[in-house]
Amino acid sequence: MAKQATSNLLESPADLEKFYRDMHFIRHFERYCERAYRQGKAGGYLHVYIGMEALAVGWMTRIKVGYDYVITAYRDHAHALLLGSDPVACMAEIMGRQGGLSRGKGGSMHLYDIPRGFYGGWGIVGGHTPLGAGLALAAKYRKEKRVVLNFLGDGASNAGVFFEALNMAALYELPCIFIIENNEFAMGTRLEYHAADTELHKRGFPFGMKHERVDGMDLLQVRQDAKRIVDWVRENQKPYLVEVMSYRFSGHGAADNDQGLYRSKEEIEEAKNRDPIHLLEKYLREHNVMTDEKMEAIEQETEEAAARVFEAADDSPHPDPTEVYDHVYTDMSPEAGH
Amino acid sequence: MPTSTRVEITYREAVRHCIIEEMERDPNVFIMGEDIGRYKGTFRVTEGLYDRFGSERDDFIVPGIARRVMDTPIVEPGIVGMAVGAAMAGLRPIVEMMTMSFSILALDQIINHAAKVHYMTNGQAKVPLVIRGPGGAANQLSAQHSHSLEGWFAHVPGLKVVAPSTPADAKGMLRAAIRDDNPVIFTESPGLYGIKGDVPEDPEFIVPFGKAKVAREGHDLTLVAYSRMVHVCLSVAEKLAAKGVSAEVVDVRSLLPLDTSTIYASVEKTHRAVVVYEDWKNGGYGAEIAARIAEDCFDSLDSPVGRVGGLNVPMPYSRVLELQCIPSDDDVLAAVDRLV
Ligand SMILES: Cc1ncc(C[n+]2csc(CCOP(=O)(O)OP(=O)(O)O)c2C)c(N)n1
Repeated sequence: MAKQATSNLLESPADLEKFYRDMHFIRHFERYCERAYRQGKAGGYLHVYIGMEALAVGWMTRIKVGYDYVITAYRDHAHALLLGSDPVACMAEIMGRQGGLSRGKGGSMHLYDIPRGFYGGWGIVGGHTPLGAGLALAAKYRKEKRVVLNFLGDGASNAGVFFEALNMAALYELPCIFIIENNEFAMGTRLEYHAADTELHKRGFPFGMKHERVDGMDLLQVRQDAKRIVDWVRENQKPYLVEVMSYRFSGHGAADNDQGLYRSKEEIEEAKNRDPIHLLEKYLREHNVMTDEKMEAIEQETEEAAARVFEAADDSPHPDPTEVYDHVYTDMSPEAGH
Repeated sequence: MPTSTRVEITYREAVRHCIIEEMERDPNVFIMGEDIGRYKGTFRVTEGLYDRFGSERDDFIVPGIARRVMDTPIVEPGIVGMAVGAAMAGLRPIVEMMTMSFSILALDQIINHAAKVHYMTNGQAKVPLVIRGPGGAANQLSAQHSHSLEGWFAHVPGLKVVAPSTPADAKGMLRAAIRDDNPVIFTESPGLYGIKGDVPEDPEFIVPFGKAKVAREGHDLTLVAYSRMVHVCLSVAEKLAAKGVSAEVVDVRSLLPLDTSTIYASVEKTHRAVVVYEDWKNGGYGAEIAARIAEDCFDSLDSPVGRVGGLNVPMPYSRVLELQCIPSDDDVLAAVDRLV
């Protein structure tokens, strides 16, 4: 019989179990994406979130799903899953199938689930950051109390359009949280080789924006910071810039098979000492929230769930050729033929 | 239907009145751009709007800073990007480009973002966005401020592109643009802002996209043009008439979607066509129109399709050289001479 959980828990045991499951499920889902890529079932560019799970789980569990808006770049699977998008529809989209969120027209980099407040899924580094400000503008314009989570990479934080978005968000007092997912690399370029000042949160300073650097590996810490900042932005209806420190364990994308060009195996192993899943396990163990057997069972169950998602998505047919013209416009078709 | 009364107003006023009417009709319509509010717009198109939509509390986004007539920093990518996000979330932004030449900075936001949203989301999201402003040469604005870029935009699936030539079309097509659920590029030639014309007062007057107009009837040859070049063609037709040649002028109005049937019907009647456009001749949208006529009306043609475009040079500052670059009556007459 398991021991009684300690009474000074930061989260309820039920929530802790849910977050633990979410993190495992995301990791397994991503591994199946990589498998799909290796098997030729997914093509193009594919970027997984392995190592960064606590970041998305911590932030996405602090917003009002379906009310608040979320937008990010191409490393977008975890964000969709955490908003409750059907995992089979996500995987089917990654495989380019009819059952996908966009019936195979978006792909891995372009997941969208508008009813859940997920606005993508964008492939031009930095390009979506003003869109996130625009989502916040719409909310402010209608005098609603939404917040926008506007995720971007450390590499994207150098883009000119990002600075334009920061200035306008501050000028117009938009309820937009710019979240720099600092995983220390922009593709094959390390942070200190791409940013003149590696404290990226300071980019909020010239615009009079509140800004800070926080941790992205210890889920419970992430959850606390996220709550504090989301609450502040919702209440004050002003923007915020957060730099969340993380690390990606996988390659930049599925095609990144020469990681030795920018980091050593030792460095990855070292970083894995702060694997967000292990950090949470340590907490669960130390506070008697969960036995090792239970954790192993969850790991197993989420692996099987991801496997079922993979199979179900793979059963979805490819799009019909006639669909190619659908949704170029809302009200007309483009001219057909070559 | 009530018989619509008409008033004579300028092209500039036609655009302005339409914006006012649509902002009054639909609270989700708003306008953003550089110097459009307190400064009334570089070409004074938005004159009066800042005060008109600023008196009530509801017109403010941030009191004292931003309202429905929204002055922006000078950041075209940021402006368009914000407008795309706002449009995806249900608003209907109008973006004024101080001049369309500056839209070059925002091409990524227009082409890579706005034009792709509806498709990539498989219809989950739409972008009811109008990007409008002066496009084309004005008066000695030289190489960086005189571009005609509508051909670039008309190349892009997901965008609609229009270039009206009269005050009535400007008003009717801008209304169609604002009510359209797709991103629309709406170009206004700076040379047209001052021209006057009769415009229906009816606040529901709409000129739908994808319909060309026969601006002048004729039977010997067809001149095809849009925006300010329509007026050049009308002047040429007048001169040809004096020489006993009857030219028909087709005002394309809408580049994407393109109404080929009106163009083809004219060419099938006249058997000759010259396409006239202010953009660089090489690779401009007139080349596309000419190719289509050649491809689809080959059997009706008595001579090759002619083209008159802007000179393939950066726009020079000197007025003499500038006028040399922009297609003139004489350039069109010379092209007609080559055909008949
Ligand atoms: C404008 C642009 N330039 C280059 C690329 C190619 N590219 C894709 S991802 C990437 C690195 C971005 O790194 P970062 O913003 O840190 O995000 P991360 O991949 O680490 O999540 C690059 C250079 C691109 N997609 N867009």
